[in-house]
Amino acid sequence: MTVPSARVWFLHHFQVALASITRLVQNPFSSMMTIAVIGIALSMPAGLYVLLDNLQRLGDSWKGSTSLSVFLQHAVTNPAARELADRIGAWPEIADVELITPEEALDEFRRFSGFGSALDDLAENPLPAVLLIQPLAENDNPSGAETLQNKLEALPETELVQIDLQWVKRFHAILDMARRGILLVGVLLALAVLLIVGNTIRLEIQSRREEILVTRLIGATDGFVRKPFLYSGLWYGVTGALIGWLLVVLVLWLLAGPVSNLALLYGSSYQLQTAPLDLLLVLLAFGSILGLLGAWLAVSRHLAQIEPE
Amino acid sequence: MIRFQNVSKRYPGGFDALQNVSFHLVHGEMAFLTGHSGAGKSTLLKLIALIERATRGQVFIDGKNLSGLDRRLIPYLRRNMGIIFQNHHLLFDRTVFDNVALPLIISGHEYREAGRRVRAALDKVGLLDKERMYPIMLSGGEQQRVGIARAVVNRPSLLLADEPTGNLDPGLSLDIMNLFALFNQVGVSVLIATHDIDLIRHFNKRVITLQGGLLQSTGAGLP
Repeated sequence: MTVPSARVWFLHHFQVALASITRLVQNPFSSMMTIAVIGIALSMPAGLYVLLDNLQRLGDSWKGSTSLSVFLQHAVTNPAARELADRIGAWPEIADVELITPEEALDEFRRFSGFGSALDDLAENPLPAVLLIQPLAENDNPSGAETLQNKLEALPETELVQIDLQWVKRFHAILDMARRGILLVGVLLALAVLLIVGNTIRLEIQSRREEILVTRLIGATDGFVRKPFLYSGLWYGVTGALIGWLLVVLVLWLLAGPVSNLALLYGSSYQLQTAPLDLLLVLLAFGSILGLLGAWLAVSRHLAQIEPE
Repeated sequence: MIRFQNVSKRYPGGFDALQNVSFHLVHGEMAFLTGHSGAGKSTLLKLIALIERATRGQVFIDGKNLSGLDRRLIPYLRRNMGIIFQNHHLLFDRTVFDNVALPLIISGHEYREAGRRVRAALDKVGLLDKERMYPIMLSGGEQQRVGIARAVVNRPSLLLADEPTGNLDPGLSLDIMNLFALFNQVGVSVLIATHDIDLIRHFNKRVITLQGGLLQSTGAGLP
């Protein structure tokens, strides 16, 4: 039993890797079909993930609008309310407090609601005084806002604290759901890539049956026979990942114009983030792992059946 | 080199290809294995090359008992034997050179060293000028000689041939057999399965005859 030197071992790996690429290039049509399918399958979860990432950042940029409305009890007089506003404004977690007296509120309601004449019939102003509270940036998150809410609710003058947080929570919940959905889609499509590579390698094994038989007969080990197919799988995965990344880049490029138009209509300068470079690395890693694994499945399943008779 | 001890081979389905076969081929010996089609010649060679395993009895190669051999060790055993087939099993998408180099690549030789050995093997079979050609461009006899070059390139101590002249005319057949005799002269053990009795008469070598899976004779050369 001769043990080849490390140099020969690497040289052989290099030659096999090169030969596998050559084989792909020699059948450009069928290889491109397989690679394109892998690319599309990988681009779906990757592209969705990038879009989700964009939405997430959009959500983050909205966070600064969290505010709390404290409705005071009717019994609280305007001077008392003003004094309370000053007191709360001195709290360390508060950025700004604005007092809306019942009169101001009624005035505003009269102007915007269109019930002006109906309000004139009321004997007394039914609206309470309201404190609009803007927390400091470091408390501007769901848990910080909730702590603040509890603190405000504990004040004797408070009737009700309304927090403008519900929709932020919902938005995050939707994002969480979308993330889970993308994960599931990703798992399914990864499975699809595995099967595509496996099937392609199976066909390759069949078409090289004679070669496998001959090499087995002249003393090739399982590893030697397996190697070219594993490299084929690896190349399918890697090139598929590259195609997938290019597809994501293309889709984002196509979406960028309409998105910034829409953002402009909302008075925002929001811009769609392009595909990050680490996405390419992640795709390449996933692609090569799936390619190798798919090839391994096909090889372990079908090579054993090709024994000299 | 090869020792069979009461070897039987029964294929699934109950067909007895070999029954209670015993013989011994010593180091450096050359022998012909004859018998009609279906007499068990191919099965006997397959047992040596570990393509099949004996149902009963024991086969020893170079003193090593094959019956308990781990499947993963089979490749290493095969590297020490050169096998030649009737339909030569060449790879038609590779040059003559690459075909002959294959066993060296498999056993992990350096490419430069392999090149030297490949040319030496091709020289011995008289095909040095055809190394860049593809097997399809060669005649049947030349293809068989490429097969032989591939079998000897690894300098095996045992050559097995299954009907190596089955598709060749008598003149070419004699050339091929002379080639085997030449390798035998430098110490390689040779076992050739053939049904060509006329051809065997040209050589004063031992003839092992099989009939219906039974050993008929392990005697010396035919008169």
